[in-house]
Amino acid sequence: MEELNNLMHGFSVAMTLPNLGFMVLGITLGILIGVLPGLGGANGIAILLPLTFSMDQTSAIIMLSCIYWGALFGGAITSILFNIPGEPWSVATTFDGYPMAQQGRAGAALTAAFTSSFVGAFFAVLLITFLAPMVARFALKFGAAEMFAVQMLTFCSFVGMSKEPPAKTLAVMALGFALAAVGMDTVTGTLRMTYGVTELLKGFDFLIAVIGLFGIGEILLTMEEGLAFKGKSAKIQLDVVLKTWAELLRYWKTSIRSVLVGCWMGVTPGGATPASFMAYGLARRGAKDKDSFGKGNIEGVVAPETAAHAAGTSALLPMLTLGIPGSPTAAVLLGGLLIWGLQPGPLLFTEKPDFVWGLIASMYLGNIVGLIVVLTTVPWWAAILRIPFSVIGPVIIVICAIGAYTVHSSIFDVVMMLVFGVFGYLFKKLRYPLAPLVLALVLGDMAESSFRQSMLLSQGSLSIFWANPLVGGLMALSFVMLLWPIVPALKHYLRSRA
Amino acid sequence: MIEFKNWAARALVSAVAAIGLTGAAHAWEPTKPVEFVVPAGTGGGADQMARFIQGIVAKNKLMEQPLVVVNKSGGAGAEGFLELKGAKGNPHKIIITLSNLFTTPLATGVPFNWRDLTPGAMLALDQFVLWVNADAPYKTAKEYIDDIKAKPASTFKMAGTGSKQEDQIITAMIDKATGKKMIYMPFKGGGDVAVQLVGGHVNSTVNNPIEAEAHWRGGKLRPLCIMDTEKLTYTEKVTDTQSWADIPTCKSAGVPIEYLMLRGIFLAPGVTQEQVDFYVNLFKKVRETPEWADFMKKGAFKQTFMSGKEFADWVGKTEAMHYGLMKDAGFLAK
Repeated sequence: MEELNNLMHGFSVAMTLPNLGFMVLGITLGILIGVLPGLGGANGIAILLPLTFSMDQTSAIIMLSCIYWGALFGGAITSILFNIPGEPWSVATTFDGYPMAQQGRAGAALTAAFTSSFVGAFFAVLLITFLAPMVARFALKFGAAEMFAVQMLTFCSFVGMSKEPPAKTLAVMALGFALAAVGMDTVTGTLRMTYGVTELLKGFDFLIAVIGLFGIGEILLTMEEGLAFKGKSAKIQLDVVLKTWAELLRYWKTSIRSVLVGCWMGVTPGGATPASFMAYGLARRGAKDKDSFGKGNIEGVVAPETAAHAAGTSALLPMLTLGIPGSPTAAVLLGGLLIWGLQPGPLLFTEKPDFVWGLIASMYLGNIVGLIVVLTTVPWWAAILRIPFSVIGPVIIVICAIGAYTVHSSIFDVVMMLVFGVFGYLFKKLRYPLAPLVLALVLGDMAESSFRQSMLLSQGSLSIFWANPLVGGLMALSFVMLLWPIVPALKHYLRSRA
Repeated sequence: MIEFKNWAARALVSAVAAIGLTGAAHAWEPTKPVEFVVPAGTGGGADQMARFIQGIVAKNKLMEQPLVVVNKSGGAGAEGFLELKGAKGNPHKIIITLSNLFTTPLATGVPFNWRDLTPGAMLALDQFVLWVNADAPYKTAKEYIDDIKAKPASTFKMAGTGSKQEDQIITAMIDKATGKKMIYMPFKGGGDVAVQLVGGHVNSTVNNPIEAEAHWRGGKLRPLCIMDTEKLTYTEKVTDTQSWADIPTCKSAGVPIEYLMLRGIFLAPGVTQEQVDFYVNLFKKVRETPEWADFMKKGAFKQTFMSGKEFADWVGKTEAMHYGLMKDAGFLAK
């Protein structure tokens, strides 16, 4: 086992006292970054990157990657407590996490989210350790058609999720696609639906829409309901962690499935966001009690968090082995690698073994340190909900505004956030589901460009989606997912005829 | 106590020195953090260079105030350019350019021209290389071009960054040279483009050296020719047998294509000459660092430096060239 020897060497590099110190520092900074919506891991690392140039290369990357883990952990906190996803991949966590908090189970939801994050990341690191070269080759198989098949699968696994009438779901999804289409069209190089407005050139950023629709919309609802925070009654129990762990063991199937989805989506540049949605969709499909999802089912927190972290972690693999970043944060880290004179790519593992294995070892240690840090703070986070709304409400709005501003340093985005907030409120009042809109907004752009790239490749023939076993298999699986909801109805129909 | 006195004395000395320096120099200096706008996404060539410069400036303390990189990639970079255009007289905002300085206004009709900004300095010129997968049978550019000519149009696929931008302009030039159209597939970033070629999903790319260097070293890609009038001068071996200097020019291979991309700095309109001079000097200092030399070598850049009128003339000439090329290819906004 050459990998094990390498890994042990890596641990000896990472386990020095200063490096452990950088880990704790990185995790703490990362959590703060993750908690602020909009700031995000990518921006946080970009801001802190210059500070690390005078540091030792290995220590620097350990600290930066720990910020990355910390941001991944922190993204879940605001999703659960305030229905504000700090990161795109935390959106699916709000579906059940926020209802849990409202029922006074914030501690349990946070514990479930952190523990699942750890499980997801841990398995992804194992994957990186032992299968890096093989998996990297697999990522290369993904051309435009395969990418589209993956996005199709994400959409299809989400179909039938909403309890609202299909027409409403279609309407908001169409709105999501329309919003995603604003701005530069990469395929033709022309501007779409910008109407000469400079601010629309960059399109609608997903994060701003989400902060508005979920965060501000929720605050407007709470205000209408008389400034009462439903989670106020939350009891702070110190043994919540242990109790939740006992409960989590029952969901091992969901965890394994979500780890697989996450690792796969992270390695192929699908990313953490589709992974979290897909895992949530699959968990609901596989559950006996489907209706409890969206109303505070702990499985609905476990699935997206596990998948998002498995994906976020395995996204570093294509960056190290191929030099393609699997996420925006990985892209900024890539910039860091170049500044330290390290060229990511196929040769990094052989040319700089100290660095690579030190980094991989720090992934193990960083996640363990991270889990300890976040779990010990669970009661504190949950306690935030005990603060009266008249105090915390304005603070949340300020944090949302800062977050929206940070995404592009543009005041126009803050205005957009408020507009989205009003829409979020109206949609909730009119019982339009928000999840399909968000999904369409996140994936619409990507799905469109991969579809059109495929069409360019095949000269307009749809047969490209069945051209090889990989893409054909993915497409077939999508259709199975799409038709799944009508299977019970069909069975019922056949039985009634017999 | 002695220690404290020592510290206090040192602080006093440095304070006096600082006052003395500002008093003596009189030259303009940034008084708050400088925003370094990148009109492209994170991870691309311009972004890498900007973050690298940010690193050099911070590490060597070339400036009192920090340099902060901000990505404004909306509308193929129009977002970034329009922000600079709107920041009239603001000396704390600079922008790094790539060819979208010319291509974006021409292709989209966004109301912006480089003359709306104040030219700062040219940092370097980026090269374009014609790459194929190492498993492809073509050893020379001529073999590849001959095969394109021999097969029907739309047989070969070229991946590139963006649409109606430099990569597609070069593809149109190759189309013109061969008389056969290639399928052009736009992707968001140069890194993605190189990986598409490594994965064998397309036949060739025109990646910048830095985007494909690692794959070349790893034996996955093969450079066929370089789109410049002369070969590169970096003779250090990249693979076991080849260096950047060994890549022949496309012209010598029978494809008369020359195209270089500007990596330059522009300031907001209406800034003073003193302020321009500060940044020109800053970048001169950046160029003198050993880190910069390494970066240039790794990315096989052409190390031309220009500022002032010489730079503005060059930009004007290059803009006219883009207008001609894009008109020929039918890429101009209607």
